[in-house]
Amino acid sequence: MKMPWTRLRELGIVGMNQRNAEFIMPYNERRFYPLVDNKIITKQRAQEHHIPVPKLYGHIELEHQTAHLASLLANHNEFVIKPANGSGGNGIMVIAGKTSNGHFRKANDSVVHLDEIKHHISNILSGMYSLGGDNDSAIIEYRVQFDPCFEDVCFKGVPDVRLIVFRGIPLFGMIRLPTRQSDGRANLHQGAVGAGIDICSGITNFGVMHSRPVTQHPDTGCAISGIQIPQWDRILEMAANCYDLAPLGYLGVDIVLDKQLGPMMLELNARPGLAIQIANGQGLEPILKYAQLLGSIPASAAKRVKVGKNIRRKFSKEGL
Amino acid sequence: MKNQRINVVALILIAIALSAVYYKHEKLGLPLKPAEQSEVWTVEAKLQFKANGGPAKANFYIPRDPPGFIKLNEDYISSNYGLATEKDEVNREALWAVRRAKGKQVLYYRMEFTRDNSSTKPRTAPKPSYPQVPDYEEPLGSAVRALLKEVRSHSADVITFTRELLLELNDPKPDQNISLINKTGHGSVEWVRQLVDILAGARIPARIVYVLPLQDLVKHGTLIPWIEVHNDFEWIAFDPVSGRQGFREDVLVWRTGDDPLVTISGGQPAEVDFSISRHALSQVSIAEQWARQTESRLMDFSLFALPVQTQNVYRIILMVPLGALVIVMLRNLVGLATFGTFMPVLIALAFRETSLVWGIIMFTMLVIVGLALRLYLEKLKLLLVPRLAAVLTIVIMLIAVFSIISVQLELERGLSVALFPVVILAMTIERMSIVLEENGSHEAFKLGTGSMVAAILGYLVMTDEWLGHIIFVFPETLLIVLAITLILGRYTGYRLLELWRFRGLIKEADKP
Repeated sequence: MKMPWTRLRELGIVGMNQRNAEFIMPYNERRFYPLVDNKIITKQRAQEHHIPVPKLYGHIELEHQTAHLASLLANHNEFVIKPANGSGGNGIMVIAGKTSNGHFRKANDSVVHLDEIKHHISNILSGMYSLGGDNDSAIIEYRVQFDPCFEDVCFKGVPDVRLIVFRGIPLFGMIRLPTRQSDGRANLHQGAVGAGIDICSGITNFGVMHSRPVTQHPDTGCAISGIQIPQWDRILEMAANCYDLAPLGYLGVDIVLDKQLGPMMLELNARPGLAIQIANGQGLEPILKYAQLLGSIPASAAKRVKVGKNIRRKFSKEGL
Repeated sequence: MKNQRINVVALILIAIALSAVYYKHEKLGLPLKPAEQSEVWTVEAKLQFKANGGPAKANFYIPRDPPGFIKLNEDYISSNYGLATEKDEVNREALWAVRRAKGKQVLYYRMEFTRDNSSTKPRTAPKPSYPQVPDYEEPLGSAVRALLKEVRSHSADVITFTRELLLELNDPKPDQNISLINKTGHGSVEWVRQLVDILAGARIPARIVYVLPLQDLVKHGTLIPWIEVHNDFEWIAFDPVSGRQGFREDVLVWRTGDDPLVTISGGQPAEVDFSISRHALSQVSIAEQWARQTESRLMDFSLFALPVQTQNVYRIILMVPLGALVIVMLRNLVGLATFGTFMPVLIALAFRETSLVWGIIMFTMLVIVGLALRLYLEKLKLLLVPRLAAVLTIVIMLIAVFSIISVQLELERGLSVALFPVVILAMTIERMSIVLEENGSHEAFKLGTGSMVAAILGYLVMTDEWLGHIIFVFPETLLIVLAITLILGRYTGYRLLELWRFRGLIKEADKP
């Protein structure tokens, strides 16, 4: 009988301490953190690098700007309000439409008044959701219409694809599917389903919910594995491209698929979580360690995608 | 590479700390356990004599390295007298002198000392020559010779000879010879002097040692004679009455030899009175005094040199790193999720004020009530800072209500809540309500219990009596805490809860 930690080592599972000490600290320079922590900067830099992002409707930095909120929102029926420096999906308000008498309707069908939206924005401004409790700003942006291919495996909310991009090479992927339990959020902590994605093919292979393997979506009952993510290569290339806008060696890239606009980069994460290992049923360590030893990394994103696929192919052949 | 350097640094830190602790414990006698107390004896010798009016001098024997004790302090109280001390091989003398003295003169010598068996050295000096066999008066002579013959046949060396002799002399049913010898008064100074004479008859060097029996609250103590014989290597003491070897634990050797205890010139012979008292003193203050005696500056640079109030603050502050270490362990080794990093340490500090059980009860109750009110405030759509201030105000009012209710219910404990750090409570309530709203009650409960567990453990560590004592008396042990923290800072292994979190992967991998 082997000790559990010996087994985890053998499986190459990276723990939180190892992630921090061996990947985040050496590969992610502190000074680049604002590039990913501030969504406004991320958005601007993404546009400079021709990475599609949800359109920015408005950016509210000061309390008195909320006075113009009504006119700003008049043209939009659907939008998302989020803190520019938020983390973990906190402080996000999704407006899915308007009621007949001019009020707003949230994604979970509850009605909100304009005043409540203003209050939410001032909470954001006062730093309630920001990383250090500092003053923050609020972003109002395009609400993604998720691609119909996910209709069967999604409860409310928008599924997103999370990729681990190491030294600019996309190496691990999963898709996070909101459930009733997660209240329509794509947050695994709160009970969203995570499904590993084969980097080479873009097909989901393995699902988990609360660390336990699942084969069907708990709300829709549809199979989770075997879903082909559309425009997979485009997604991989976008993710690899994100390394150019924020040179963090160990980067989490969140991408959503819009019905009309295709894949869009939603946000970047300098401290991506480790649940992706559970979703893939595979440890990060051997693959990251292999990529660590690569001498030269190609400058073009497309080539880095190829390198990533080759690495993953290599490791699947060796039966890991 | 990096790990190695940290291990080296940590090792150096631990070595420094341990050697400092060792030095302070071994050399200064600082105790490793809290509330260790030792008996401290105070002996005061009072000399009284009448001066003739001219110059007066008093020579008084005072203890010199009494075996089995260490001197902590000594004082000479002698108003206008000049003082000098002298020592020879075995004794020490105080010399008081004054140009003009008339009438009653009182001089004091006071000494504080404590038991210390480690410092006892064998008494070797001076090495005596073999005494001449004295000419005893008859009929004592025949009695002594008979006794010596008897004793010699029952003994092998100086020690057994002396013991045997004392046993014979102290026989409760003495024979004729012994009754004759004991005429001088069993146990008296004359009797012991005679004993020295008798031992000289066997050519054994012997001397009288005057000792002070230690008894608490004695007003008029007197020195009693003890006897020492020399066995070619060292002086060996015997209780002349019981015949037991060595000095008893409760006697203080005052001086060796049989000269007068005090000599006065320019006055009438002096009366000497000893008063003795005992009190318990913490080991720490004994060490402090001992350090002063040995002129070690170390104690001056310890926390004991601070005013008591400041000391009490440091007693708490110095424990905070230990609390932080507990949090480091819980987070990096166990993987426990808490509100903020050091919030549990603050909560644990708050528990110090209330005691643990009451702290938990009140904390939980206040958080629940505060949270309910806070969620109501959410409906009012207040901005962040005013809302925090409102929560703070509510918390303070709740605490006041709590105190009043607990007084009515005659629960005294409730009063100490007034000192409960209110800001900590307000912050906890605020954070908890955000988590509750954002991530649901499950997450809030998880973080809440995690924080509580961490706070309880932190509290237990930070209030541990022994740890508190060690950290305060040996603050250098914080270097050990630092070293452990450094080592943990490079721990890249799994956290305990991650073994649970990733258990599914093991199960999956173990499937055939």
